[in-house]
Amino acid sequence: MVPLNAYLAVGAIMFSIGMFGVLNKKSGIIVLLSIELMLNAVNINLIAFSRFGFYGNITGQIFTIFTITVAAAETAVGLAILIAIFRNKGTISITDLNIMKR
Amino acid sequence: MLENAWLVPLFPLISFVLLVAFGRQLKEGAAYVGIVSLLSSFIVALGILFERLGHDAENYIQNFNWLTIGDKTLTVGFEITPLNALMLFVVTLVSLMVHIYSKGYMHGDERFPVFYTYLSLFTFSMLSLVISPNLLQAFIFWELVGAASFLLIGFYYFKPSARSAAKKAFIVTRIGDLGLLIGISLLFWQVGTFEYAGVFEAVEQGLVEPGFITLTAILIFIGAIGKSGQFPLHTWLPDAMEGPTPVSALIHAATMVAAGVYLVARTFPLFEASETAMYVVATVGGFTAIFAASIGLVQNDIKRVLAYSTVSQLGYMMLALGSAGFIAGVFHLFTHAFFKALLFLTAGSVIHAVHTQNIKEMGGLGKEMKITRAVFLIGALAISGFPGLAGFFSKDLILMSVYESGHVTLFWMALIAAVMTAFYMFRLYFLVFSGKPRHNANVHESPKNMTIPMIILSLLAIFAGYIEFFGFGEWITNNGVIAEEVEGPKWIMYLSIIAAFGGIALAWLMYGRDNKVKTGEPRGLHKLLFNKYYIDELYSTVVVRPYTIFGYVLKFFDKYVIGGLVQLSVWFSKAIGKIGSRLQNGQVQAYGLITIIGLVLLLVSLTAGRLLG
Repeated sequence: MVPLNAYLAVGAIMFSIGMFGVLNKKSGIIVLLSIELMLNAVNINLIAFSRFGFYGNITGQIFTIFTITVAAAETAVGLAILIAIFRNKGTISITDLNIMKR
Repeated sequence: MLENAWLVPLFPLISFVLLVAFGRQLKEGAAYVGIVSLLSSFIVALGILFERLGHDAENYIQNFNWLTIGDKTLTVGFEITPLNALMLFVVTLVSLMVHIYSKGYMHGDERFPVFYTYLSLFTFSMLSLVISPNLLQAFIFWELVGAASFLLIGFYYFKPSARSAAKKAFIVTRIGDLGLLIGISLLFWQVGTFEYAGVFEAVEQGLVEPGFITLTAILIFIGAIGKSGQFPLHTWLPDAMEGPTPVSALIHAATMVAAGVYLVARTFPLFEASETAMYVVATVGGFTAIFAASIGLVQNDIKRVLAYSTVSQLGYMMLALGSAGFIAGVFHLFTHAFFKALLFLTAGSVIHAVHTQNIKEMGGLGKEMKITRAVFLIGALAISGFPGLAGFFSKDLILMSVYESGHVTLFWMALIAAVMTAFYMFRLYFLVFSGKPRHNANVHESPKNMTIPMIILSLLAIFAGYIEFFGFGEWITNNGVIAEEVEGPKWIMYLSIIAAFGGIALAWLMYGRDNKVKTGEPRGLHKLLFNKYYIDELYSTVVVRPYTIFGYVLKFFDKYVIGGLVQLSVWFSKAIGKIGSRLQNGQVQAYGLITIIGLVLLLVSLTAGRLLG
């Protein structure tokens, strides 16, 4: 039997990798992928707690299905935004998108 | 009538408000607003005077609560005593005359309505000061007359000399006012009331220590010194002659400068309770009388001679009050108001005609200006103490009071000052009106609205003295409540007549007989007098210069120390801003990183807190 700590460790590692990608990668696509990674790390946590938690029940798994759905929608919207940006500026490099400076 | 005394200052106040609002549109019609309001005030004041004259008339006092602080209640109100009623009459009458006169004198001035606005403000404040039943209220109006005086001295503000004279008057009188304020505050602290009646009662019952009485009385007297131009704060009054001449007549001769004398007279029971304070008042007054008269002997500016004469006569009044001659002091205040206002108005008439104030450039004006000459002669005779005119009676009474009080030195000083008074007045008279003209102006008599007030005042200068024979002394002292009447030996009267004639004769010998005007630089004693004993220069070196230097030090401190601190805080904020703006680089990832670092730090510290705490 795999203990709870192992699930949590995998979740934490995945989350950190995702966060690193979000904060460090230049390409907008990779950043979106990294966000997916972070969401799935959370999903692992939810499922692990629904199975091994003090009050383990089905809610965590239901919640995960919701998250996957929302994540799919979010990716679709994010890709659409990236395409729009690419059409406008000819690049999707995150470092070039600095209009917040003004 | 007495219960309506508040109407007297109300009319000038209404006139002031109207002129502030509509003065610009009214132009020279502003004079009528001022004159009508003053006429109303004068009628009410006259009614009050007559009602108070009756033998069974009582003092009237009306108080309203104003503020309650702890268990102390401050009141405002008004009161009518014989002294008040007399002052109301004098102030409204002289003010009315000046209002009428100014219509001719100020004719054609661009700021004609402004002049009347200020005059109304002054008259309102002065009348309110006179009817105040407590020291606090009196102090408020005391300051207000000072402000009005400042405005009027600086009326020709485009002249630098007028500007500096206005500032000087304000600052020098402020020194005295500070003393007055401290005196009032000390009295309130000790007695617990500002009201004259309450203060006198406490003093009479011996609730206040004698030393304390002396202290407060002298502090109040310092206020009077400032306002009445007594030595050593007299320097502002001659400079105040930069104002228009009617103003000099009203404020700097007849009314405001007499406020100091009035204040001492009003608080007379306080002074009477302290021998030291009385002695100080008498000495300062006596010294000022002879000191200012000696300066007046040699001045060449007609208004300055009159100004020094005013200072000297105010000194006389103080001398009388300090010698327990309450009646004499108030009597002289009353008569002096008329003849000094008269003299200033005639001086204004002369200046109006020849457009100079230097008496060496006048001469022979008597031919064209017959009325002015006649009324000036009456005024000069009255102030010199010519028998039968107003000044004679009051001056005689002063000399008697001083003699009776036993101040022998002061008595002789006053007598010498009387000789000087007669001398400088007739020096003026001979140099201005007789002899050959030393000017080339086209002289003509002044218009009727200037001569009529002068004629009315000259009649008063002749007859005002005779009230002495109608129980004036008994009436003004409330049947002997405030002070006793004084009886002196007859020879004093003859001596004062001799003094008057001596001065006149000397002036005739020196200036009237051959009407020569000495030229060349003054030498010796003459130079000392001509330069006013170098008092102005002394003050300038001893007081003004160090203060200016101190001011520069403060300016330096402000610029480099205070300003430096401000600059430092500016630099600090700027530096923080620069760092902040560098952080805002528009990179979402950088923002995200900072957010996460913040979150991690927060979580770590919370966890650490949990674990360690």
